[in-house]
Amino acid sequence: MLAVTVIGADRPGIVAEVTGALAAVEGNLEDSTMTLLRGQFAMVVLVRTGSPVAEVEQALARVSSQGGLAVDVRPVSAASPAAGAVQGSSYVVHVNGADRPGIVATITGVLARRGVNVVDLGTRLAGELYVLTAEVVVPLDVDVDELRAELDEAAGVVGVHVRLVAVETDEM
Amino acid sequence: MPELPPGSVRTVVRAPATVLATAGRDVDPTDPDVVALAADLLATQEVSPGCVGLAAQQVGEALRVFSVDVSGHPKTRSCHGRFVLCNAEVVSASRKGRGREGCMSVPDFTGDVQRARRLVVRGQLPVTGEQVELETDGFEAVCLQHEIDHTNGLLFLDRVSDAHAIHPRQTYL
Repeated sequence: MLAVTVIGADRPGIVAEVTGALAAVEGNLEDSTMTLLRGQFAMVVLVRTGSPVAEVEQALARVSSQGGLAVDVRPVSAASPAAGAVQGSSYVVHVNGADRPGIVATITGVLARRGVNVVDLGTRLAGELYVLTAEVVVPLDVDVDELRAELDEAAGVVGVHVRLVAVETDEM
Repeated sequence: MPELPPGSVRTVVRAPATVLATAGRDVDPTDPDVVALAADLLATQEVSPGCVGLAAQQVGEALRVFSVDVSGHPKTRSCHGRFVLCNAEVVSASRKGRGREGCMSVPDFTGDVQRARRLVVRGQLPVTGEQVELETDGFEAVCLQHEIDHTNGLLFLDRVSDAHAIHPRQTYL
């Protein structure tokens, strides 16, 4: 399994160029995330291929030099999706407030000390407003009320508002 | 709901089976094969833990038939009990809300879907073919939309609200 990361100034065609180069070396895209961050388009793609790493790098080198993209290719262990996952319940963390350095570090520091695993996280800055949204897995032995209190206290230190909301799944 | 013959437990089909993406044909609710399918859907639903609805596509048949039973579910408000509808369609839908759904036919993912919380559905009962109109809300409304989607060849994966709205299923100890 290869982890391919790509970043470059946004324009139409980046995904088609990168995935086209990967398809040409028989690369099968598995999990990926691709998103626009303030004019920079970022891709992280897990690719399964029988082709050697050098061949994949060579295929992507053409795309990166012609397309103005920074590309990195590295082998990663082909773990199953659940491997290493924390067992617990899903919550969404909502944070917003005035921008300043250290917000993400402070909030995720609380989560890390409690063994809470971040599975998805995004931040956005608009003017002075900083917004963080994360999906996390809270281990079953963590007291959620205590976690909320710790998050509130940490949020107060960096001057933001935090909410921890349980995610309920309705089975149909 | 007319009385049905005893049903058989059927195997539940999983995505990417083609039948799950196939819009169902209209059925004759009085046809004995359709009545048997209705009984099978309820029988299969009853032995599946946490299952509150099952569509014909999920047992491998592209037909407009589904079963629902949300009675006893903690989120249920309005409830019409245990029933099967044929050729069902949404008459009116309002008060949209977003929730996370799981589906027996898509066991590895959950998804965030916007669905109406107030709903009127029209359909026919098996055996008699009687035309009925159900007005419901909350969890039963969501469940009915999920099942009607199945009969139209749609999964919750086709309805998710944004590019980050499909999640690997969180497993519980």
